[in-house]
Amino acid sequence: MRYLPLTAADRTSMLETIGAATVDDLFVDVPTEARLAGPIQGLPAHASEMAVERHMTTLAAKNVSAGSAPFFLGAGAYRHHVPASVDHLIQRGEFLTAYTPYQPEIAQGTLQVLFEFQTQVARLFGTDIANASMYDGSTACWEAILMAARVTRKGRAVMSGGLHPHYGEVVRTMAKFTKDDIVSLTPELTADPDDAAVIASIDDKTSCVVVQYPDVLGRIPDLAAIAEAAHAKGALVVAVVTEPVALGLIEAPGALGADIVVGEGQSLGVGLQFGGPYLGLFGCREKFVRQMPGRLCGQTVDADGKRGFVLTLSTREQHIRREKATSNICTNSGLCALAFSIHLTLLGGDGLAKLAGVNHARAQATFERLTRIPGVSLLNTAYFNEATLILPRDAREVVRELAEKRVLGGVSLGRLFPVADGLHNGLLVAATETTTDEDIEAFALELEVVLEGASA
Amino acid sequence: MSAVNASGWRPSMGEGAGEAKFATSSGDYGLMLEEALSFELGSADKCGVDIDDADRAPVSGLGRFLRKAAPALPGLTEPETVRHYTRLSRQNYAIDLGPFPLGSCTMKHNPRLNEKMARLAGFADLHPMQPQKTIEGALEVIEQLADWLITLTGMASVAMSPKAGAHGELCGLLCIRAALDARGEVRDVVLVPESAHGTNPATAAFAGFKVESIPATPAGRVDVAALKAKLGPNVAGVMITNPNTCGLFEPDMREIADAVHAAGGYVYCDGANFNAIVGKVRPGDLGVDAMHINLHKTFSTPHGGGGPGAGPVVLSEALAPFAPLPFVTRGDDGSIHLVEEENASEGHAQAFGRMVAFHGQMGMFTRALTYILSHGADGLRQVAEDAVLNANYVLRSCEDLLPAPFADSGPCMHEALFSDAGLADGFSTLDIAKGLIDEGFHPMTVYFPLVVKGAMLVEPTETESKAGLDRFIASLRSLAERAKAGDESLHSAPHFAPRRRLDETLAARKPVLVWQGEAGVPGTPSLSEIGGS
Repeated sequence: MRYLPLTAADRTSMLETIGAATVDDLFVDVPTEARLAGPIQGLPAHASEMAVERHMTTLAAKNVSAGSAPFFLGAGAYRHHVPASVDHLIQRGEFLTAYTPYQPEIAQGTLQVLFEFQTQVARLFGTDIANASMYDGSTACWEAILMAARVTRKGRAVMSGGLHPHYGEVVRTMAKFTKDDIVSLTPELTADPDDAAVIASIDDKTSCVVVQYPDVLGRIPDLAAIAEAAHAKGALVVAVVTEPVALGLIEAPGALGADIVVGEGQSLGVGLQFGGPYLGLFGCREKFVRQMPGRLCGQTVDADGKRGFVLTLSTREQHIRREKATSNICTNSGLCALAFSIHLTLLGGDGLAKLAGVNHARAQATFERLTRIPGVSLLNTAYFNEATLILPRDAREVVRELAEKRVLGGVSLGRLFPVADGLHNGLLVAATETTTDEDIEAFALELEVVLEGASA
Repeated sequence: MSAVNASGWRPSMGEGAGEAKFATSSGDYGLMLEEALSFELGSADKCGVDIDDADRAPVSGLGRFLRKAAPALPGLTEPETVRHYTRLSRQNYAIDLGPFPLGSCTMKHNPRLNEKMARLAGFADLHPMQPQKTIEGALEVIEQLADWLITLTGMASVAMSPKAGAHGELCGLLCIRAALDARGEVRDVVLVPESAHGTNPATAAFAGFKVESIPATPAGRVDVAALKAKLGPNVAGVMITNPNTCGLFEPDMREIADAVHAAGGYVYCDGANFNAIVGKVRPGDLGVDAMHINLHKTFSTPHGGGGPGAGPVVLSEALAPFAPLPFVTRGDDGSIHLVEEENASEGHAQAFGRMVAFHGQMGMFTRALTYILSHGADGLRQVAEDAVLNANYVLRSCEDLLPAPFADSGPCMHEALFSDAGLADGFSTLDIAKGLIDEGFHPMTVYFPLVVKGAMLVEPTETESKAGLDRFIASLRSLAERAKAGDESLHSAPHFAPRRRLDETLAARKPVLVWQGEAGVPGTPSLSEIGGS
């Protein structure tokens, strides 16, 4: 077997050193009746690299990859061009095959990357500090709600109806077990987000309001107004950013008064990957640092006085505090954080602003063309690179019919919000710098055909 | 024992960069390269990406939402970026450079075929919410991997979406909570052995349970009598690591499970150490109700400097109905279906909810399936046998110099546990660990498990050769001898790493978590600014 270096002679000589007759003697603690006599029946035996590659390639070919068709999906996962150097660098074995940097003297590469990553995230979000990553945006969102409860010593969280429904489901699932009080506002097909309803829901018991920015329908909430109302009642604002490229163009949530900013970092460096692994981003005010979840990298000096980096403030974490830890998170998304950081280093702030401008322009071109189709209208007053179209019929069917024509035409609100009947004619459409004029035209033509087919 | 450095190679630098015979002008010493922060290297007028159509991008329609200034993030061109990260990478130790014997972490070789397969456009360039007809191959990957995990563990079902081991623990405990709710029972205590990994008690608390600790026996196993004495109507279940964190199999697992079940509780098994028994023992045969599997341990997906991981949870018949959404099922006709909120009411109404956006760690699923298919049923069994053989070889080759607290009671599983008892006064595990760095190795897990004073937990894994182990053993023996002889130079180790011991107290007392300087300061800072002498 190509991955197992021990030879038969090695095994014999090692057993001799150990003083065991056979390798089974090393499993003596396993009760005999629980020991399998040989390889598990009914499963295939080992296979060559060529054979495995053939099997996996066949499976991959059964999928329609985003790059092989006109593609307009978003809803918390965005297709951006990732520079070739990003994937090259994250595959350097020194990054790829290292562990969590518990021995800082021989992990300065990873640690310095994390320090740079934390700085990048904090500057992007407009927060004082950021941590070294969470699993993804949805889990970071729940952790932010828990953290807000620790900071404010209150336990009622208000979630905007514009929050990604998967994020909302994660929060409601967890809260069911922890008994936290969650107020979930109902999503509605309105041109502007539910800022007024969020503000009206804040009371003296509210620990935080959770507002996605831009929201799941692509609308942009007025974070400053929400923050003013929340702070007046002693509540925190948790801003959720699922498309960080937007922050190249629209104001940083921290600058508008958000106290905790979490997000999904997948857009930069990571790629679509059918939903994971992704990258949870987590920033907040410096005064909350001891209530933060997750790993933190900090600057220090070594015995020679040289600058160096270590994991720090670990008295918040599970391996020290055990059941009193701020979170149970251990392994996070280190390599995705590296990819994000490299991509953002390549772009720089000005490059990100330019990229964001192109995204917005491509979305404008997309919606300008699609709303020329009879019966199709745009919901949003404002949007970045994603917005909601109102179709004359259930968008779930339209999406499936478009797929038959090899057009990946957005995410239906019926799939996102299956129980909310009033939303089913909504279609969430995203465009990025990867969207071409030809893609837009192909989408428009096929959408026209699909909608005509229904009315005929 | 064979001589160290049989090839004749010797470190070329006397006492490390800090104590070199002379200071270089650059601050670099040959191939020991210093690297400034990207914020110190970059500037606002640099960009490593040529963006099409940037000049004709209108930004109308955003008015009052526009950012006042671009984020203060300096850019770098591609050559500068490649050099920055390549230079940084050289300050890392990694499996690709040598053994990484961290106990309970299973740092095995990461096959490159896994990486290649995960990058096929049909997997990597796939959106999680595409219509089902366009993702059938992806669902098949999930289903095939699920089938292997179920068969290898002898369980009824598997929840695939948890993002890492600790997240899998949470999934398992929430399944237990949901099962108790369905029975209409309130049980709020989870029993956790004191030798458990810190995530176990943290997870139990995170899931809303009270944690009660179970002591270990002098032989390093769960104290079964003490456990049984704690069982009662308030106990939801136990969390047991098997093989445990002392590197030992829990021989009474079946008896424990039967007792827990009889008292109305469930058995959670921490599967972090599954590598020791994969293909040899099925946890389902031992009465386990839920167990997470770290794909980044047993099934070789890379650790990446701290993730991403993946923590699918196999479930017994009793817990299977409560598995969270989404999941993939195969119908009687062989067709594959994705079950999520939209269609969960059709036969999966008891699902306890959702733990993540989308489907979990697909990129890790393709890598793990590739690894599993490469090994097959026979190869996986060999993995466990070689992992256990390698650990016992280290145990028996060092126990005369380093006390192995449980070695008298028999062989270990996949990791060898030593203590620092018997070193000279003032010498401890830390000196051995930092000494290993100078020897060119990553240290073992230190000061864990907590039940052994000065613990050193060595997990070689099956992908180390005998020659490689002999080199490691020689270094470990040499360090033990130096520590017994009171060699003071160990206290200041490492001497040959990119950094000497770092001041962790300073880092925690005055946290500096983000770069404090201004973005885009041109030019490389002087060596004194980046801390050189």
